[in-house]
Amino acid sequence: MSPLYDCREAFGRALEEIAAADPRILVVVNDSVGSSRLGRFAKESPRRVINVGIAEQNMIGIAAGLANGGKIPFVCGASCFLTGRALEQIKVDLAYSRANVKLCGMSSGLAYGQLGPTHHSLEDLAWTRVIAGLCVVVPADPLETDQAVRAAAEFDGPVFLRISRMPVPAVHGADYRFRMGQAGVLRSGDDITLIANGTMVSRALAAASLLAGEGISARVLNLATLQPLDREAIVDAAAQTGALVTVEEHSIHGGLGSAVAELVTTTCPVPMRILGIPGNFAPTGSAAWLFEHFGLTPEGIRSAAWELLRTRVRQ
Amino acid sequence: MRQDVKLPSPCLATDHRIEADELPPQLRKLSAAVRRDSLRMVHRARLGHPGGDLSSADILVTLYFGALRIDPTRPRAPDRDRFIMSKGHCSAAFYATLAAAGFFPEDELDTYMQPLSRLNGHPNRTELPGVEANTGSLGHGLPVAVGAALAAKIDGAAWRTFVLTGDGELQEGSNWEAAMAAAHYELSNLTVIVDRNGIQQGDRTERTMRLEPLAEKWRAFGWSVCEVDGHDHIALLEAFHAVPFHPARPNCIIAHTQKGKGVSFIEDRVDWHHRVPTDEELAAALRELDEAAQ
Repeated sequence: MSPLYDCREAFGRALEEIAAADPRILVVVNDSVGSSRLGRFAKESPRRVINVGIAEQNMIGIAAGLANGGKIPFVCGASCFLTGRALEQIKVDLAYSRANVKLCGMSSGLAYGQLGPTHHSLEDLAWTRVIAGLCVVVPADPLETDQAVRAAAEFDGPVFLRISRMPVPAVHGADYRFRMGQAGVLRSGDDITLIANGTMVSRALAAASLLAGEGISARVLNLATLQPLDREAIVDAAAQTGALVTVEEHSIHGGLGSAVAELVTTTCPVPMRILGIPGNFAPTGSAAWLFEHFGLTPEGIRSAAWELLRTRVRQ
Repeated sequence: MRQDVKLPSPCLATDHRIEADELPPQLRKLSAAVRRDSLRMVHRARLGHPGGDLSSADILVTLYFGALRIDPTRPRAPDRDRFIMSKGHCSAAFYATLAAAGFFPEDELDTYMQPLSRLNGHPNRTELPGVEANTGSLGHGLPVAVGAALAAKIDGAAWRTFVLTGDGELQEGSNWEAAMAAAHYELSNLTVIVDRNGIQQGDRTERTMRLEPLAEKWRAFGWSVCEVDGHDHIALLEAFHAVPFHPARPNCIIAHTQKGKGVSFIEDRVDWHHRVPTDEELAAALRELDEAAQ
């Protein structure tokens, strides 16, 4: 069994390192230092951490103003509040104003499972990816998280990083290089493509292994950047494998599956399954339990792939 | 007090410097010109917010020609003062002031809200020099201004941040989050000016959602407050040059104004929040403004 990592650790370390090298980098939080794994950073560089209290609208506005004054703010808060509570500020103060601010939506998706739907962040990708000019990145493992933080800092413009707290295995080798807007083929295959990001990537890879044992060659595409979309990689997958299963820790409406569907229906329509959380509020339960409940498991992905493959055979 | 008016700021572009003894008449003329331009722009566009344009004209002109340390030829100079027009719907007066200050050609005012114009109904910093923040949705300017002032404070920089808000706009809670933060960070380099004309889109502010006692609210949030006649250029100048009022507190200037100021039939009328003048009304308004500027 491969070791599991909380990507927030890699996130906090990367932020400390780039902040040490670039005095323009600041952290802005809404009393969320601990949950963003920035305790050490805050202790060692207290002047670089701006805690605005529990006030998300103000937090985004302040970040936009700091960027106007030449800073590069990383705004870190629970994704459910950061996006939902300040969505219009994200649209106007950051994206429309082209402010050089990095949003870090922590503990996204179902991470706060037992705390209930107020704390679930199953809409954040739908909300953010439709905002013009806002890059949306969902790293899958510690290495990709580390590199996404650095890439966001180098990119001149607003970026939303969706950082999970769910333990995940490493899915990338040490030579992996994250590039904003570029999807990665983590496993080649010709019969079907499994497209995932974030916590679902390792599960898609495990599903591909199960399918391989059953004679199915499944490609696995890590769509770490949801906006801008790697159109070529997705259209190639549709054209070359003829069937797509998307998997996301998000509502099935408006997120990764929708982004892929919007593209392939107008370029290379193929049978698809969209796995995620159906359009209802999730029941109480731990995140791990909820993943099982919603079939967001290697077995669940495998079943969806077979369902799709059988449909294709019938056609 | 009139003799004590200080010279305009040293970084103001030379072309636009006004000598102290000329200040009030010059500012009056410029304000009248901004009012005339605003009404012409709204009339031509068949859209706009003339009531608020006219209430904010004296504040904008006094800031740009008597207080802000800015250079229109270097609109992104790191050490410039920041001015954020939180009441972005009063874009006609804002654009007319920016053009008069030299940020872009005055002819361009004719393109206000025309297809593909840089002069959108609400200001866009990515297209128009001199705009610091994209506003139009209310309650956005003050939080952004707090961030800018905080950046200057972190750097120990001398540039200051000014933000003009409407009064109805203060019903947005984001302003009070920002007010709390500005006092917490002791941003004495931040000045909010409230265009207190007493009227919002649908009715008077006090009938819609009471703001008073407004000065006490700001004081309770930890700000130093000064109340002035928002159409008295000298009073405005004195207030702008007196900041910081306190070494560790943000500054609030409540500028008591009249919506539609300067045109008798527009003054203090709710329906002129976003009414468009007819040809006859425009002609009558321009006549009044011309006479007053003499």
